[in-house]
Amino acid sequence: MAATTQERLEREPWRGPTRRYDIVKEGVIATLVVAVLVVILAAVFSSPDDPALTFRGWAKDMPDDLYNVTVAELAGTSESATYGPPYNTGGDGQALGPIKPQKWVGVQVPIDPANDFVITPLQTQQQPTEVAAALIVWTAASAEQQSAWATAYDTAINDPAGAAGDATKVPAGDYGPVPALAKGLVAMASSGALDGVLPSSGGNFFNTDNTKQILFFGDGGYLDAAGTANNLQGNTWGMMNETGNYPGQQWLAPFSVWYNLPFFNSDAETGVAATATANGDIYIMAIIGFFMLLAIFLPYIPGLRSIPRWIPMHRLIWRNYYKPRAR
Amino acid sequence: MHFLMTVPADPPTYLTWGWMSVSVPNLIAILVTVTLFVLAVVLPFPGGHEDAQDEL
Amino acid sequence: MTAAPVESPHAGPPTSWIGRLRTRLEDTLPYEKLLPETQPSYVASWIYVFGVLTLAALAMIVASGAVLAFRGPAWYHVSSTGLFFNSMHFWSVQMFFTFMGVHLVGKFWMAAWRGNRAKTWISGVLAFVVAVGAGLTGYVLQSNFDSQWIAFEAKDGLNALGVGAWFNVANLGQMALIHVFLLPAVIAVVVVVHVLLVRVHGVVPPLDAAKVEDDRAASRAAAESLPEGVR
Repeated sequence: MAATTQERLEREPWRGPTRRYDIVKEGVIATLVVAVLVVILAAVFSSPDDPALTFRGWAKDMPDDLYNVTVAELAGTSESATYGPPYNTGGDGQALGPIKPQKWVGVQVPIDPANDFVITPLQTQQQPTEVAAALIVWTAASAEQQSAWATAYDTAINDPAGAAGDATKVPAGDYGPVPALAKGLVAMASSGALDGVLPSSGGNFFNTDNTKQILFFGDGGYLDAAGTANNLQGNTWGMMNETGNYPGQQWLAPFSVWYNLPFFNSDAETGVAATATANGDIYIMAIIGFFMLLAIFLPYIPGLRSIPRWIPMHRLIWRNYYKPRAR
Repeated sequence: MHFLMTVPADPPTYLTWGWMSVSVPNLIAILVTVTLFVLAVVLPFPGGHEDAQDEL
Repeated sequence: MTAAPVESPHAGPPTSWIGRLRTRLEDTLPYEKLLPETQPSYVASWIYVFGVLTLAALAMIVASGAVLAFRGPAWYHVSSTGLFFNSMHFWSVQMFFTFMGVHLVGKFWMAAWRGNRAKTWISGVLAFVVAVGAGLTGYVLQSNFDSQWIAFEAKDGLNALGVGAWFNVANLGQMALIHVFLLPAVIAVVVVVHVLLVRVHGVVPPLDAAKVEDDRAASRAAAESLPEGVR
């Protein structure tokens, strides 16, 4: 039977026509060719390197945004404060139906935004009288009192019928030391001190962990605006894009496509689309995982593994072999 | 979004068709990949070095 | 003092672990198969050079990366030589994924997993997947705006899977160690396994090769049966 003869032929060492070939020479030539190409591309095009954002820049360009985010950190309403594991218990994280790996893993990288982003950095510096006094009042107060002050102020700032994000329009209220603390932090950021203090986590000499800074940055509009300005947002194919006039990670296109679908960008408050949007990352990871498994186990998947037989690209690739030989 | 002085913003040109959007550099990279595949399959490979080892 | 006579080493197949390992390796991949001077004549298409081109690009990634490793992640921001090596690293990564893409698509159309070559295909796809991960760790190691953005975005997917604490894209120290040591070691193992499997099994014969070889054998037999002057 032709099938088993072909199968035997594929399994066994080839005993048909051969040609002389030097794969070591091929490897050396390939390496030289690629090396030359890489050097030329590097010399002609260079590579992207947009400088890192700083808290100083945030305070300079969007001080009101930094102010509002600081209040949200103290109130525990920021994205970091409500993120959940691995940082804190402020939320449950994402879920794929009953599967909740984010929650199951628990807190592994403890982040307490109010203290880590605001209070502790303020305490490392000599502060103006007003801020120093505010710190004393805050740290002497109970957790409930702190929460009451900060939540009241946070709610007042974000009241759509009132201040609507403009802290200067907030009505008088019992906000305790919170306005002074927020003002003190923006001033500290503005001086550049926050950029140095945050990584050192209150006094460590050595530190290579930038988690606190990344989370704090992400809570506000500054990093987000920078992302938008460079077309890096997930729902505009940002995953495969690069800063500057350079190619990005085009190989992530199959991953990036899902973040652009309306299903995962829904404004709905309830329903499947709302759930999918809120848990977009784990849903999309599951989709990608599925396709990855398809790719890995392709040799065992009937139908998929027969596509090369149905669409005969191989007749083109091996056309010299298939040609009848002149004898 | 107001003009941000401290934010680096030098995005490349983007080509958009509806919900699809691709940067020109990325498009070039993708086209190069496709072209390399097509050329690899279509261009003749130098023959020679044939051995008469028809042992089948 | 006389020693007892040693048993002939060729008395039978080796029973020691090392002897059995050696025999197994000799049988599976003798030097002639590892470094042959010939290859099947159907291996005659430019599509076949993309595997070795991918390897060459990987070599350039490692070489340029080694220089960057010796000078640290912040070097290339302040040095034009550093920027040049960063550029070489950047473009070799672009070439690596380009060549690997062409290689993967070519192997798909050749159904290269046939004839017990499933492990070769699987190790190849794994190499791609690990490479994407290695790329991610590299991108967050850039210590510039792009790395801030990517760290902020990528953390969500990893946290959703519950691995964000151990693969903390916002922790530069962790990412540096994973990018420079751990993932290259994994890639090296996967790539070596992949290449050795290609040598062990040989390049996959074309689809329908059995029919082609049968037809050729038949026409040879027919030609040999003709009288001398006619052939």
